[in-house]
Amino acid sequence: MLLLAAHDLLKAFALPGGGTHRVVDVAEFSLVAGAQLALRGESGSGKTTFLHLIAGILAADGGSITLDGREVATLGEAARDRLRAETIGYIFQTFNLLQGHTVLENVEFGMAFGRGVDRAHAEALLRRVGLGDKLGHFPRQLSTGQQQRVAVARALANRPKLVLADEPTGNLDARNAREALALIREVCRENGAALLLVSHDEGVLGQFEQVQDFAVLNCAVP
Amino acid sequence: MIFNLIYRSLRQHALSTLVTAGSIALAAGLLLTVWVVKTQSQVVFAATNSGFDAVLGARGSKLQLVLNAIFHLEASPGNIESKDFEMIRRHPAVKAAIPIALGDNFQGWRIVGTVEQLFADIEPVTGRHYAFASDGRNFKLGAMEAVVGAYAAKQLGWKVGTTFKPYHGLAFDPKAQHDEVYSVVGVLEPTGTPVDRVIWIPLEGVQTMKGHNPLAATELSAVLLQLRAPTAGLMLNNQLNASGGRLTFAYPIGAIVADLFNKISWVDKVLTLVAWLVVAVASASVLVSIYNSMSARARDIAILRALGARRRTIFGAVVGEAAAIGLLGSVAGFAVFAALAIGVAGIIQAQTGVVLEPLKWNPVFWWGPAVFVGLCVLGGMVPALKAYRVPVAETIAPVS
Repeated sequence: MLLLAAHDLLKAFALPGGGTHRVVDVAEFSLVAGAQLALRGESGSGKTTFLHLIAGILAADGGSITLDGREVATLGEAARDRLRAETIGYIFQTFNLLQGHTVLENVEFGMAFGRGVDRAHAEALLRRVGLGDKLGHFPRQLSTGQQQRVAVARALANRPKLVLADEPTGNLDARNAREALALIREVCRENGAALLLVSHDEGVLGQFEQVQDFAVLNCAVP
Repeated sequence: MIFNLIYRSLRQHALSTLVTAGSIALAAGLLLTVWVVKTQSQVVFAATNSGFDAVLGARGSKLQLVLNAIFHLEASPGNIESKDFEMIRRHPAVKAAIPIALGDNFQGWRIVGTVEQLFADIEPVTGRHYAFASDGRNFKLGAMEAVVGAYAAKQLGWKVGTTFKPYHGLAFDPKAQHDEVYSVVGVLEPTGTPVDRVIWIPLEGVQTMKGHNPLAATELSAVLLQLRAPTAGLMLNNQLNASGGRLTFAYPIGAIVADLFNKISWVDKVLTLVAWLVVAVASASVLVSIYNSMSARARDIAILRALGARRRTIFGAVVGEAAAIGLLGSVAGFAVFAALAIGVAGIIQAQTGVVLEPLKWNPVFWWGPAVFVGLCVLGGMVPALKAYRVPVAETIAPVS
C-alpha cells in the first residue's frame, strides 16, 4: 500500500543578490507503508529540504506530495502542522531535544500536538529504548547516545505512519551509531511505521536493503 | 496543550518569572493602595460628622471651622460668645446644640471641653450611641473629670482612675503644664471618628483653667448642631452667614469636607498617575523579560513547531505566559496592597481618628487585576509575534 508519493516536486530559495536557487526537483518518488528506505546524498544536496517538504515544514513551490492519501503540498500551514503532528515522526541529526524539559516531557511533546499526551505510552517507549530509569533526567544529564534514544522514542510517540530520519547517526561514534540505527529500524518495524532515512554515511546506508541515490532522484543542480 | 506549554515555560524560566511577577506585585500593590485609600477616604471623610449636621463658630473659613470642631485638626478661627450659643440653642430649627471649647492638650493630644449631653444624647454614628468601656462613666459638669477617646486612651495607656495635668495650648510645650489635676472616669468604646483621639473634660474646665484669659471664661470655640430638617440648614446658612459678619455657620459638613478633597484633588491625580506609570513600567518589564529570552527560545519554538505545534499555539503560549505572570503578580499584589493599605490606614487613624477599612470590597479589586493582566497580555504580544515568526526549517537543523 502506497504511503508516500511525490510528483514533480519543486523547491527553490531566493538568493541574496536576486534570482533563485533550485534545491529540490524530484520528478517521482514513492514509499510503501512499513518500508524502510535510505537516501544517499552528500551535504548540500537538498535531502534535508526534501524531508522538510514531505513533513510539511516547508511549502513546495510546485508539484505534489501525497501522504497517507492526503495531498500535502496544497494544504495550508496549519493543516500541514496537524498532519505532521498526527502522521510523521522526525529524528534530527542534532537530536533537537528540549533542554529545559525532562526525558519524559520531551517524549510527551512528541504526542502533544497530535492525538494528545499518553503518559503510559511515553513511558513504554522510553523503557523500550533502554531509558526507563531516566524519565526524570534532563537531556544534558544524558550521553549523546542516550539523547538520540530519547529522540527515537519521541519520533515514535505519536504512533506515526512515517518516520523521517535526517542523518540520525551523524553526531554519534561508530558503536553508538550502529546501535542507534538498529534501534530506529527495530522500533519503526515494531510500530508499523515506514522509515525514510537520509545519510551520506556508507556504513549506515550499507545496513539498508533499499537504498536510493538522492542525486539521481533530484534533478536540481546542487 | 497551551496551558501545559505555559506551565512548563514558567517553570523553566522560574527566576525571571518570579522577578517579573514581583515587579508587577509591587506596582499592583501601589496602585490598589492609592486607589482604595483615595476613594475610601473621600467617602469616609465626607461622611464623618460625629453625629452633627452643622457647626457654628467665629467668622472665618467654613473648612477651618469643620476641621477644628469635627476633626479636631487645625486652630480655631476664634471664639464665639455665650449669647451666640444661647441664640442657636433656642432656635426652633435646632434639635441639639453641643458647645465645645479648646485650648489645651496633653502631650499633643487635644483636650476639648464640652457638656455631658454629648455622650448621653448624641449618636456619633447613625444608630449607635457612645458607650463606655467597662467600669467607665460620663464626666460630671463641674468635676475635675475626663472622658477619653478610645484611640487616645490606648496610645497614652490610660484607663479609669488615671490622673493627668493638662498643658496649655494646642501644641505640646512641656513648660506650659497647668496645675489642675483631672481624673479619667470613662474610656469611650471606639467610634471610628475623630472623637476617638480627644480627651474630653467638662466645658468650664477649659474655660476657667488657670492661665486662660478670664475675660474669655464664657466664650466657646464652636457649637456642634443637630438640625430638625435639612431645610433648616439652608435657612440658617442664609440667616447667619449673610448677616452680621460675626459668625460662620458651616453646613452641610459633608459638602465642606468634599470641597477640601476637590481642592487637593491634584494630589490624587499625581499619585494615581505615578501609580499607573509604575504599572506600565512593570508591564513593560514583562515584554522585555520574555522578549529578551526569545532568541534563546527560538530553537525550542522551532522544535515544537517541527513536532506539530501550530503558530497560533506558540503565539497563544507566549501571550498566556505573559498573562500568567500578570496574574501571579496581581495575586501577590494583593498581599503588598494589604500591607501598604493597613499601614496607611493606621497613619490616617493616628492623624485624624478616622478609621478606613481598606480591605472592604472595592470595585478596583476586580478591574485592577484585570487591567494588570490585560497590560501584560499587551506586553506579551510583541515577543509572541516574534515567536510566531520563528522560521522552523532555518532554526531547527543545518540544511544538507
